[in-house]
Amino acid sequence: MHQFLAQLVNGISLGGIYALIALGYTMVYGIVELINFAHGDVYTLGSFFALTILAALGVTGEVHGPMLVADIAIAALGAALLCGIVGLLIERLAYRRLRDAPRLAPLITAIGVSFILENVMQVWKGPSPVQFPSLIPNPTLSLGALDVNVKQLVIVGLAVATMFALQVFVARTRLGKAMRATAQDRDAAQLMGINVNATIALTFLIGGALAGIAGFVSGVYYQSTWFFNGFGAGLKAFTAAVMGGIGNLAGAMLGGFAIGIIESFSTWLIGGQWSNVVVFAILILVLVFRPSGLLGESRPTKV
Amino acid sequence: MIYLYFAAGIGLTVALQMVQAPRKRLAIGALLAAILLLGPLVNGNDATLNVLADAGIYIVLALGLNVVVGYAGLLDLGYAAFFAIGAYAYALLASPQLGIHLPFWAILFIAAALASLFGIVLGAPTLRLHGDYLAIVTLGFGEIVPQVFQNLTKLTGGPNGIAALDFPTFFGRSFGQGSMPYYYVSLGAIALTLLLVRNLRDSRLGRAWMAIREDELAAKHVGINTTAVKLAAFALGASFSGLGGVIFAAKLSLVSPDLFQFQLSVLIVSMLVLGGMGNIAGVVVGALVLTFVNGVLLPQANTMAAAVHLNVDFGQYHFLIYGAILVGIMLFRPGGLLPNRQRSEELTNPQAGTS
Amino acid sequence: MALLELHCISKRFGRVSALAGVSFAVERGELLAVIGPNGAGKSTIFNAITGIYAPDAGSIEFDGARIDGRPTYQIAVAGIARTFQNVRLFTFMPAIDNVMAGEHARLRSNLFASLLHVPGERREEARARERARELLAFVGLERVRNVEAGSLDYGSQRRLEIARALASRPQLLLLDEPAAGMNPREKASLRDLLQAIRARGVTQMLVEHDMSLVMSASERIVVLDRGEKIAQGPPAQIRADRRVIEAYLGAGA
Repeated sequence: MHQFLAQLVNGISLGGIYALIALGYTMVYGIVELINFAHGDVYTLGSFFALTILAALGVTGEVHGPMLVADIAIAALGAALLCGIVGLLIERLAYRRLRDAPRLAPLITAIGVSFILENVMQVWKGPSPVQFPSLIPNPTLSLGALDVNVKQLVIVGLAVATMFALQVFVARTRLGKAMRATAQDRDAAQLMGINVNATIALTFLIGGALAGIAGFVSGVYYQSTWFFNGFGAGLKAFTAAVMGGIGNLAGAMLGGFAIGIIESFSTWLIGGQWSNVVVFAILILVLVFRPSGLLGESRPTKV
Repeated sequence: MIYLYFAAGIGLTVALQMVQAPRKRLAIGALLAAILLLGPLVNGNDATLNVLADAGIYIVLALGLNVVVGYAGLLDLGYAAFFAIGAYAYALLASPQLGIHLPFWAILFIAAALASLFGIVLGAPTLRLHGDYLAIVTLGFGEIVPQVFQNLTKLTGGPNGIAALDFPTFFGRSFGQGSMPYYYVSLGAIALTLLLVRNLRDSRLGRAWMAIREDELAAKHVGINTTAVKLAAFALGASFSGLGGVIFAAKLSLVSPDLFQFQLSVLIVSMLVLGGMGNIAGVVVGALVLTFVNGVLLPQANTMAAAVHLNVDFGQYHFLIYGAILVGIMLFRPGGLLPNRQRSEELTNPQAGTS
Repeated sequence: MALLELHCISKRFGRVSALAGVSFAVERGELLAVIGPNGAGKSTIFNAITGIYAPDAGSIEFDGARIDGRPTYQIAVAGIARTFQNVRLFTFMPAIDNVMAGEHARLRSNLFASLLHVPGERREEARARERARELLAFVGLERVRNVEAGSLDYGSQRRLEIARALASRPQLLLLDEPAAGMNPREKASLRDLLQAIRARGVTQMLVEHDMSLVMSASERIVVLDRGEKIAQGPPAQIRADRRVIEAYLGAGA
């Protein structure tokens, strides 16, 4: 029982990271119908940026006291900002021109961007995993049979808070409404006076920022990062986004947690080397049997 | 010497694309054949022939993927999986691993059939998904297959794979360690693949693929069973990949999971994108160019860098190069170097190509 | 027995009822026109017949066999061909290839024959090409047979689509607003073509807005309004039918 709960908590924490990445995927796909292959690599970039920032701040291990909050804020926001800009640049340079091209073209381009990013990161920090400072001290809180670690709480809290903030933003603010309108009918949105280019750019900015935060969080949690992390994490986060119904924010978050839990349990029950197989098998099954996702947004096709 | 081969290969293929007159084409073809067949007898440098044999295998793969992506318009990002299936088929059926020692030539057929079977199994439920989702599904499959091979350690040797694969024999004479026999085998494979692919392109099935790409709804209305036709493309493409896998495994005398990762699938896609999807000559050129860059240019650059004491390993920039090629071509010349008129229109013109 | 029979066809899209209990038959050899104001459900009928969607209720019988709910390609193989409201040609294929693609259902070469280019396949291809040329000549496009379909002028594209539809040697040809966007001369030419097709023994069903074409070309007319059949009969009778006139509110040529 104890192991079960521990794995559950583990899975939820992992899922929180996936959720943050999945939100970016789902937002971008919702608005331009593009699977942003490079998104996973922006996530890794986030951890690289955070690592660099923390090194600049002189952080090597745990930090205590008020400095902790400051360090977290600077690193997280820094990573978010830089990754948001990266997201923006990718959209502007690589995707914008291909917005109306048949889907094959932007997808191939996205793969190309992903490769470029991965290579850049490989050269930047080397081909092996790199150590990341622990930053947050590690006290474990005991809630009955459950042992929860502060970092895990932070991740989950961050993911949920972000999703709610995003929901509110999309539902209530003018920019959010612009995003929804553009996602539904780009031409109509333009005719209504919405600056479609800016709206799409904003989506990529937000998506990138979320990935950046996820990268920072992942670095702190696992105390390491690796240039190739983004590929696998990206695919799994995409699985999560599809499971929750692409375009559906709450679905992406729930999907992220679900995938995290599934991965955690399959690692525990059948071994780590099979967890990828399990997740990708789920990806295929969901796409084949319920492509609109488990909580999907139904989009009727017109003839 | 190796430069001559690549120059001849690329140049003469381009010429075949440009020149229309049948007699001139025959002459060009004969020249190309002469160089390819007789060259090694003049200068049989083993390292050169090894790279060329690799190029040949990649050409077969590129032609096969072209059937799936270029003709039928299905984006397959997991093509390496079928390559792996072919390679592991050889490793399991011609090595000490299971104590089975089937002949190389038989395994070529077995692996092709096996790969196409997997193609059907994967394709049947998934081909009705539209573009992006199909791509991701194939990617997932491409991830699962090598991972499974890696995990079933007792059967497949795990992360270390299987080594000491049998040497193929030809009428009793073993291929031995040298690369020359594999060079000729891969030439034969190219010839076979070219013939089959060209036949397909100009046939009822080839037209059906084109029709589906242009307007799938209209294609259904002329009686084309789009699911079956797409499945045929997928299975055929897989079989070429499996075939290539057998030759690759035999030549290397070794298989291991890390040889069959996503990067390989993307490499083949890059060859198509660079050379010109849907165009046989284009695809061949794309394969030759990228193999040249990987197998000749980058190592040469490393040697030159070392000579001037520049501590750079160009080999680690593979993916940057592929990535740049993919992005660059898509932005500036989506049809590739030798575009197929129809395909390049589809890639730029949003009106063309409905699904 | 009629060639095509629709029994009580109903179809809803969300809350909109596109068709409600529509029944009529198409007799062999005739040219039947389906008319009605916009939104009457005319294209929906065609889409239901060719299997783009299955009706919510009712049945469709073709040549004695039920076809509702069957996949589109099977219905095409069974002998129903169609043209589309917005021309749907294979844009970047030459005209003759478009027509040859149309013959798909009538050719026999399977995967292996195609792969190996066996003599039987080569002969079949040659015959298919011959037939395609004949059809192009039939619609008057012989001279542009090697021109890309997308490069042809609008009238020619419409005729090419008809040629492609005829390539599968259908028993029933559905024409969805074939005269749309045509000038009077093209329309007269189209009328002649429809008669020529009729002379070949192909049954035709026509959805059309152009009343003069409808009145002069068709033998029988079915009138739909808001998803229901409100009249059917020969042109003269329809012209005088009060319900039809009311449905159009006097509008329409």
